[in-house]
Amino acid sequence: MSAAARVFRPFTSRALSQKLPLSSVRRVSPATGFPRGSIRAFSQSPFLEVKKYTESHEWIELADDGKTAKIGITEYAAKSLGDVVYVELPTPELEVGAGEPVGAVESVKSASDVLSPVSGKVVQGNSILEDKAKFINESPEGDAWIAEIEVSDPTELEELLDAAAYKETIDEE
Amino acid sequence: MAAVRPLRRGLHLLGSRSIAQSAPVGINGTWTAVSRQSTSPQARRSLRSPVAGRPVAATLPVNNGVRYASSSAPAGSLRKTQLYDLHIAKGAKMVPFAGFSMPLQYSDLSHVESHKWTREKASLFDVSHMVQHRLSGPGALELLMKVTPSSLDKLQNNTSTLSCLLEPGTGGIVDDTVITRLSEDTFYFVTNAGRRDEDLAFLTAEIDAFKAAHGAEKDITWEIFNDRALIALQGPQASAALQPLIHGSGPSSDLSTLYFGNCRSLHLTLPDGSTTSEPLLISRTGYTGEDGFEISIPASSASAVTNTLLANPTVRLAGLAARDSLRLEAGMCLYGHDISTAQTPPSAALGWIIGKDRRDPASPNSTFNGSSTILPQLSSPAKTLSQRRVGFTIEKGSPAREGAIIVDVNDESNTQIGVITSGLPSPSLDGTNIAMGYIKQGLHKKGTEVGVLVRKKVRQATVVGMPWVESKFYRPPKA
Repeated sequence: MSAAARVFRPFTSRALSQKLPLSSVRRVSPATGFPRGSIRAFSQSPFLEVKKYTESHEWIELADDGKTAKIGITEYAAKSLGDVVYVELPTPELEVGAGEPVGAVESVKSASDVLSPVSGKVVQGNSILEDKAKFINESPEGDAWIAEIEVSDPTELEELLDAAAYKETIDEE
Repeated sequence: MAAVRPLRRGLHLLGSRSIAQSAPVGINGTWTAVSRQSTSPQARRSLRSPVAGRPVAATLPVNNGVRYASSSAPAGSLRKTQLYDLHIAKGAKMVPFAGFSMPLQYSDLSHVESHKWTREKASLFDVSHMVQHRLSGPGALELLMKVTPSSLDKLQNNTSTLSCLLEPGTGGIVDDTVITRLSEDTFYFVTNAGRRDEDLAFLTAEIDAFKAAHGAEKDITWEIFNDRALIALQGPQASAALQPLIHGSGPSSDLSTLYFGNCRSLHLTLPDGSTTSEPLLISRTGYTGEDGFEISIPASSASAVTNTLLANPTVRLAGLAARDSLRLEAGMCLYGHDISTAQTPPSAALGWIIGKDRRDPASPNSTFNGSSTILPQLSSPAKTLSQRRVGFTIEKGSPAREGAIIVDVNDESNTQIGVITSGLPSPSLDGTNIAMGYIKQGLHKKGTEVGVLVRKKVRQATVVGMPWVESKFYRPPKA
């Protein structure tokens, strides 16, 4: 990625989140978005930064490098679980497939697997959560992410829900 | 006794079938028999629908051949207690439980906050889904002495005891129950909502057989109070919250002389100055390990009484989530999880419910359902029991929950030696992982180090005594 891209991306990204219905960004075909480093990748990189969601209440957000992503649980999930008392973090180098556990969140009353939305290899678990599991309730979609993974194929993110589609699924529940 | 005036009389029992069909497989037998109601091996789910943690074992079989007065709701729909509207108004998160829509927790307190509130102040639980029975008549005592191992003939009037309904022959636990003697030949008892169909079929068969054997001179009248609400007021402030509402000024209105295991029939004064039209049956008991009361209320007063108690700022509503963590800390069993027809009282560490004068096999008083199985288990457990119910604490980390397998850490292949039946991080003990379960006879001694498999990892665990949180029942001062 060029330095120029880094400069522009935050701006573009902010503009996107303010005015675009997120679903409109989904139409970008993976073929045009990759390989990274092309001019096209630059122009479409805001798509890659869009945070995606799963029906099982995880979120994933691709980093600026276009290959690592953070995974966590949604505000809705954190609220439904209640007081989180323990978070099981993945060990680095763990290979996960889409839909496979990349950690677990324990409240007093239940244990829930955190499923990786896409396939990849674990870079690290969020060590803040080792001693402060309750942080999940405070910032589930922010600093209380659960795992950082190296994404095998960023196009897998396209299959996931955007914010609006995710919101629809929780409105149904 | 006036307090439990029947609101619905009798049961219409159509072709109740023999309970022999649900006979347990292998008392003290396989591990699977213990955890048969656990739908997932680790009581674990994905985040989807994160609601009640444990699978609810108490789903009613749709048709057990039994009909009763309030079972008119179509199959698949949930029943509501008398306090349903109040729960909704108070922001309850409702979940299906034992065929009812019941509050899991309320919007004002998290599970942990509600749990701690109960231990420090007072919580009000709606337990109206539980089944309230009255058995009366000249044959009532004899019948109850056959189906339970308790010394009910020694029970004073207006006192109660924890007991179990036992299957004939096997002595398997059909249900656990608290039985109160209201008069010489009148008993009130409360059974689990999740066992309603099984209990009714069991009692019907037992009563029919009893009547056939004894004829009219030992008649029995059995009533179920479908319309009465039942609330539990639990916590150190429970008595202070209830006392000012008691109507009248006689000695019986003084709750300081109502001790654990005793009950009284009392009226309450409502905020508008009126008095409850019928008396409430107030029992000093509960299932949280705290001092408190269970209050049986005629339907007409249920909301008014509950709202009056809730007007006291020390009293908050609490739901099934807190109830489960509170009872586990107190070492108390939850039917369908910690006990089932696959256990007898001794194998479930409930041998103490067997009356002291009902343990000598030579005594005619020692005959009850399953006594020939149970009495040897009581006198020589090491020879007769293959597994024991015990408590565990598990190392910091993922809690061991229902269905988790207990393994031998001294053996490389980690042979299974037991199974967890209830477990969670204890809110009162700062998240210490506690659990109860069944372990192989001989390895049940306190201090035994074992392993528990949680998500394929062996966690260190130790057999410990129960309860984890000392019970604070209100008992009479020692003379």
